[in-house]
Amino acid sequence: MTTPTDIGAELPLQQAETVVIRFAGDSGDGMQLTGNQFTTTSALAGNDLATLPDYPAEIRAPIGTRAGVSGFQLAFSSTDIHTPGDAPDVLVAMNPAALAVNYKQIKPGGLILANTGNFGKNDLKKAELETNPLEDGTLDGYRVIAIDINARVQEALKDSGLSKKDAERCKNLYTLGLMYWLYSRDLKPTEDWLQKKFGEKAPELAAANILALRSGFNAGDIHQLFQGRFEVPKCEDLPAGTYRNIMGNPAIALGLITGAELAGLELVCGSYPITPATTILETLAAHKHYRVTTLQMEDEIAAVCAAIGASFAGKLGCTSTSGPGMALKTEAMGLALMTELPLVVVNVQRGGPSTGLPTKTEQADLNQAIYGRNGEAPIPVLACATVSDAFECAIEACRIAVEYMTPVILLTDGYIANGAEPWKLPNIDELPKIKQKFAVAKEGEEFLPYSRDEKGARPWAKPGTPGLAHRIGGLEKAHLTGSVCYDSENHEFMVHARAEKVAGIRDSIKTPEVHGPAKGDLLVLGWGSTYGAITESCEALRRKGKEVSQMHLRHLFPLPHGLAEIFANFKQVLVPEINLGQLARILRAEYPGVEFLSHGRVLGLPLSAHELAGKIEGLLEN
Amino acid sequence: MSETLTKKDFKSNQDVRWCPGCGDYAILNVVQGVCAELGVHKDNVAFVSGIGCSSRFPYYMDTYGFHTIHGRAPAVATGLAAANPDISTWIVTGDGDALSIGGNHLAHLLRRNVNVNLMLFNNEIYGLTKGQYSPTSPVTTRTKTSPMGSIDRPFNPLSFALGCNSTFVARTIDTNLKHMARILKAAAAHKGASFVEIYQNCVIFNDGCFGEMSDKKIRDDRSVDLIPGEKMVYGNDGEKGLRWEGGAIVRCSAADAAVWDPTGSAAAAFAMSTLDHDPEMPNPLGIFHVVDAVVYDEAVNRQLDEAVAKKGRGTLKDLIYAGECWDVK
Ligand SMILES: Cc1ncc(C[n+]2csc(CCOP(=O)(O)OP(=O)(O)O)c2C)c(N)n1
Ligand code: SF4
Ligand SMILES: [Mg+2]
Repeated sequence: MTTPTDIGAELPLQQAETVVIRFAGDSGDGMQLTGNQFTTTSALAGNDLATLPDYPAEIRAPIGTRAGVSGFQLAFSSTDIHTPGDAPDVLVAMNPAALAVNYKQIKPGGLILANTGNFGKNDLKKAELETNPLEDGTLDGYRVIAIDINARVQEALKDSGLSKKDAERCKNLYTLGLMYWLYSRDLKPTEDWLQKKFGEKAPELAAANILALRSGFNAGDIHQLFQGRFEVPKCEDLPAGTYRNIMGNPAIALGLITGAELAGLELVCGSYPITPATTILETLAAHKHYRVTTLQMEDEIAAVCAAIGASFAGKLGCTSTSGPGMALKTEAMGLALMTELPLVVVNVQRGGPSTGLPTKTEQADLNQAIYGRNGEAPIPVLACATVSDAFECAIEACRIAVEYMTPVILLTDGYIANGAEPWKLPNIDELPKIKQKFAVAKEGEEFLPYSRDEKGARPWAKPGTPGLAHRIGGLEKAHLTGSVCYDSENHEFMVHARAEKVAGIRDSIKTPEVHGPAKGDLLVLGWGSTYGAITESCEALRRKGKEVSQMHLRHLFPLPHGLAEIFANFKQVLVPEINLGQLARILRAEYPGVEFLSHGRVLGLPLSAHELAGKIEGLLEN
Repeated sequence: MSETLTKKDFKSNQDVRWCPGCGDYAILNVVQGVCAELGVHKDNVAFVSGIGCSSRFPYYMDTYGFHTIHGRAPAVATGLAAANPDISTWIVTGDGDALSIGGNHLAHLLRRNVNVNLMLFNNEIYGLTKGQYSPTSPVTTRTKTSPMGSIDRPFNPLSFALGCNSTFVARTIDTNLKHMARILKAAAAHKGASFVEIYQNCVIFNDGCFGEMSDKKIRDDRSVDLIPGEKMVYGNDGEKGLRWEGGAIVRCSAADAAVWDPTGSAAAAFAMSTLDHDPEMPNPLGIFHVVDAVVYDEAVNRQLDEAVAKKGRGTLKDLIYAGECWDVK
């Protein structure tokens, strides 16, 4: 929840606790860059923050249209926050389409900064507007600051030597400068970044962009556009440590590299580009000096198969994708399961089914992850709760894959993938160790590729190991020898052996903690990226004196020990999900005595903390 | 590993389960012999296959082996080769496995030039699923799924491979063991993706489909062996030859035959590949095309070495404590 900020106050500098800004413009207006710069600067200023980029699905939607609007929402705060906020305090609208798409979500009385340079007749037409919303009363009840940023940038850069067109492209930095003034931010991090980005190759661009930034900043001061200035102090709630800003997909990539290193293995990622997973592959490809191999294959089937081939060869195979790609990988995941090779499959969920909503978030692939294969095919499934949790989950996925010789599915989603937050960096020495050793031949002993250790894992014998030549494959294997075996008793034995191995993973995982009272009327149980919204709503309600408890699942299959005991302490368990109740249904089957209620929304958006709080309050009152 | 291995060392303890008389036996026999002759230790060899009668092959080799899923052996082998280029990696596939369900992966394996030896057992039929027409079956092939004759025009595997920019393309036949051994040795010696089509008789569902090429009485008349640097001569008495005329291949006397050069442009090889099923012309076996190109798995690993040389081997500390960090006290 954000604290309302009173924009109209005449105070020169006012403290604000949490501010939510949404930058919105045409895809070509550089709004993602602007948002990211504001994020980095706020992080360096010590704020807690959360972001929500919102890209158009088309790369080059017609300029000025509603379809082409690109947005970036950012919440920054002096307290611990968990979501990018439901309703922005400030909307920066670079054109009429951006205004039309976004203004309804602004907080009542919120501030709208509109670039009138793009509010001509034609611009309004492209945005399908009959009249100008800046003039027709649409924005009554908001504080509107209408300035011609295009003209101001031209004015500021008239001596820069840039063409008019190039000068206009600096308008996002002018706008950023204005917002930096309004929120008393330091210009230096962005100036340094511009220097680094353009400095050597195009010093004139670096200089012009910095000038645009400073001009915007000074305009706040000189032109008295705003009636007050705000300051969001450093967040004192953040635990001590070293931090950096990170987005979800890079966090997954770094976690995979770390997991492989902790296991003493080299990572091989077979992948095929797909929104919103692609930046995992891109990040891994930039880390070849960690001996990370990336194979951009011809499709998702080839991608997962190449990863399986790499695992067979004795490296750690992984593959990254989103829903449609996940569907293609299904058969090969069964092969990895049958051959009991380690494999990490990352599914960055997006709106489905089919091509669905590529740039929007959803949690509707849980059933697919747990059940979506032929045969009795248990594959461990985990999900990350937050951007920084993504790093830990990726390590955990590697641990399970390697220690149990099994494919593992790691679920994340578009919201985590593109969201950014300050990440408290782990102490390297405290990272979990992953136990791994390759099989070697033992004198006078027959090698049994399908023998099992105490955890039920089979030995990993890589090609090139003297004396261990053996054959694996997707046909049913004889216990111990691994020879092809059609015997019915053996098949049943092996089905159980595989199921028990995976079920046994729960012996290595912790029971999740309950936040709030340990007993009560209502437990809110979440998984994946709804963590922020659930935490925010539960904390807000507890502050209001309501009794509500919260628990979050990282391991979805197998489920951790101890859940039945926890559920027994509550009258009802509410399961909020961005799907139609997939986890709730699984839990009903698993814990038949417990009353699970589902709160499912599928708007392509993160859950609204506000709406969820209302739902919880309603339940508590009944 | 200096011990020398014999053919027997490459035989696994599994009972071979192909139908009696199946061409696959001959191929297995030759491959086991070739492996022994290559001097590569069986612990450094991996056979990867898809699904089909032919794809059971790895179980019968006492090497590392991976019987994967239908059509995907090229993708699995690409991962294996990239992860460990030192393993001598072989792919065994069928006409259905390689050219219907796995056609995409085959194309990409070939264009990438992954260092593998691929043997496509072409019996112009789906053997394992009991005799349906395949993407190499000639039009009008009658099977249970094509009772009035198949309609689909077939692939020519060699034309396909050449179209994929293959660096080594050859054909041999299950009934000529010496020829097969020679071709497979040449394939193994080639660095990059070696594509070998092996005409293989399915006694049960497509018996005799390469009869003319197998029948000792007529096979020398019906086929020509493309041997690099030698004249293209054929015929029961070696009396016939082939040469180029106006960009096309024509028959001539042995004396006028041209010398075969597989190292030039793929166009000549392509023209040769189209002679199959031409009743007027001998069907070529042998080495169609050999060129050198960057080897994928080597290049993949070279980039890793270069990155490490340039930036130093990354540490976890560098990885995690990267970019702009700040301290909260
Ligand atoms: C995904 C999938 N689809 C279908 C099958 C059934 N299938 C197994 S082998 C095969 C065709 C094999 O033909 P080919 O590759 O020519 O091999 P052959 O048996 O002739 O050696 C088919 C259709 C399968 N195993 N997997
Ligand atoms: S069905 Fe045909 S290809 Fe398959 S084993 Fe029998 S003879 Fe060989
Ligand atoms: Mg076949």
